[in-house]
Amino acid sequence: METINRIIQFTPEISILEMSYILASVLFIVGLKRLSHPDTARNGNLWAAAGMGLAILFTILFHKKDGESIGNVPWILGALTIGTAIGWVAARKVKMTAMPQMVSIFNGMGGACAALISLMEFPKLQDSLAAAGASSMLHGETLAILFGLSIGGVSFAGSMIAFGKLDEKIGDIKASWIRYLNLFFLFLLVVLVVLIMFKHPVSGDNTLIYLLTFLALVYGVSFVMPIGGADMPVVISLLNSFTGIAAACGGFLYNNQAMLTGGILVGSSGTLLTILMCKAMNRSLLNVIIGAFGGDTSASAEAGDKTVKEITLSDAAVLLSYSQKVLIVPGYGLAVAQAQHLCHELDVLLASKGVEVKYGIHPVAGRMPGHMNVLLAEADVPYEKLLEMEDANNEMQNTDVVIVIGANDVVNPAAEDDPSSPIYGMPVIKAWEAKNVIVMKRSMAKGYAAIENKLFYHPKNNMLFGDAKSTLQKLVAEIKNL
Amino acid sequence: MNDVLLFFLQYREAIFIIILSLFLGIEVISHVPSVLHTPLMSGANAIHGVVIIGAIIVMGHAHDILPMILGFLAVILGTLNVVGGFVVTDRMLEMFRKKKSKN
Repeated sequence: METINRIIQFTPEISILEMSYILASVLFIVGLKRLSHPDTARNGNLWAAAGMGLAILFTILFHKKDGESIGNVPWILGALTIGTAIGWVAARKVKMTAMPQMVSIFNGMGGACAALISLMEFPKLQDSLAAAGASSMLHGETLAILFGLSIGGVSFAGSMIAFGKLDEKIGDIKASWIRYLNLFFLFLLVVLVVLIMFKHPVSGDNTLIYLLTFLALVYGVSFVMPIGGADMPVVISLLNSFTGIAAACGGFLYNNQAMLTGGILVGSSGTLLTILMCKAMNRSLLNVIIGAFGGDTSASAEAGDKTVKEITLSDAAVLLSYSQKVLIVPGYGLAVAQAQHLCHELDVLLASKGVEVKYGIHPVAGRMPGHMNVLLAEADVPYEKLLEMEDANNEMQNTDVVIVIGANDVVNPAAEDDPSSPIYGMPVIKAWEAKNVIVMKRSMAKGYAAIENKLFYHPKNNMLFGDAKSTLQKLVAEIKNL
Repeated sequence: MNDVLLFFLQYREAIFIIILSLFLGIEVISHVPSVLHTPLMSGANAIHGVVIIGAIIVMGHAHDILPMILGFLAVILGTLNVVGGFVVTDRMLEMFRKKKSKN
């Protein structure tokens, strides 16, 4: 019978190190907890960061492997400095609108880090097993390495594609054969893992592990490629939890509790967060990944005589200035046009004329849930002016004018009254219940869901065509001239 | 069968932690308002940067040139994840808090 307890040689350093890991884990948990409440969120982020700093510092100081302390310390400190400098500057300089891309890149870096660790540990483990004359690689450590490598690789490649899509450098491939190809890749990955585990006899040959790395990267690319750009937040959130699991694999490998708890915490909370995001969009995760939306043009009743009413800038200016209550519904288009500051200018101008201005924020407005709130906050819009969807809908009947800026699907009445519509059942902002609606839009193009928006033909609605930024500029000037 | 049982016994502590952490992760964020989805994702993103500890361990015990280079790279990537992640999250949350306390 094998002995099962790992023998740890007692030294005070090891005790201190293990204690610091427990403390770090507690800080991660408290940090996450605080991050999920608006009042304590910022503070929670700092708690988690403190836990991370502690774990890193104590690892460098006190970690021992077979009695050997951490070497190459100058190199490690050098790498830490380089990483900190680049990471800090990148995170500080990035524009608020490009935040999701940045998160995606950082996530990819974590995935790549996990994959690299596995790639370096595998030959060591293989050699030591071969030296011990083991009959196969069938060990917990092997499993952790292979999982860490595949999941980390997929996460890295996928995050880079997600970044490219958000940055509009990479388009979508909407073809159903990709789905089958993906299943095939996934199958190959599993087969390869099994092959490596049962390889007999154990030798110093690394061909299979390189093949696995390559395949994981390819699968990461083909996994994200067919998913639409608007679904990238969900994908990033999912890849985020993947990286968490990859980190936990490292924790399993090194019997390191800080990595294990940190990784699994992110893995599970990230998965829940992904599901919550999907719910906010009234989609299932499977639906996002397989991508049932768009693609095939829905031939739903496009019945005849629909007229669109246009409004001139001066009419819009008058209408707004003499209203009592105005609700602004911002969307993706506003973020793309970077018009949030102008939006705030309009809001201040109207407020000076005694108009009560609020913002109605749909949970998935912008590029990510909560992204619109961040963008408006950046433009100095006070937090109290941002109404969540339900509050906005409750006040709708008393609202004189709703201005929809660069939003489409989130104000589509079809979600309420057309069971044949793909977005039927999705909670929307009921702009049509207000007394007047102004929709600012570049053209009559369809939104991401690729469906008609009946709001545009609604008798209460007035279209104000043009780029969100220049239209807002002109509108502000027009109101000033009144 | 015996192998599976032995595996469980060998790694019982890790398995214990994994299962408890799974529940904890779900419990801890279960009441998050949608406004905080993005910052929370970004914060969680920074936390999985804990993988850097693994990179430090590998680097700390590397002796040959190739592992040294890869380890160096891994530590840089891990640091990017940690530092970038926390700083981006802080920037997002800064905006929320500033507005709240002003009014």
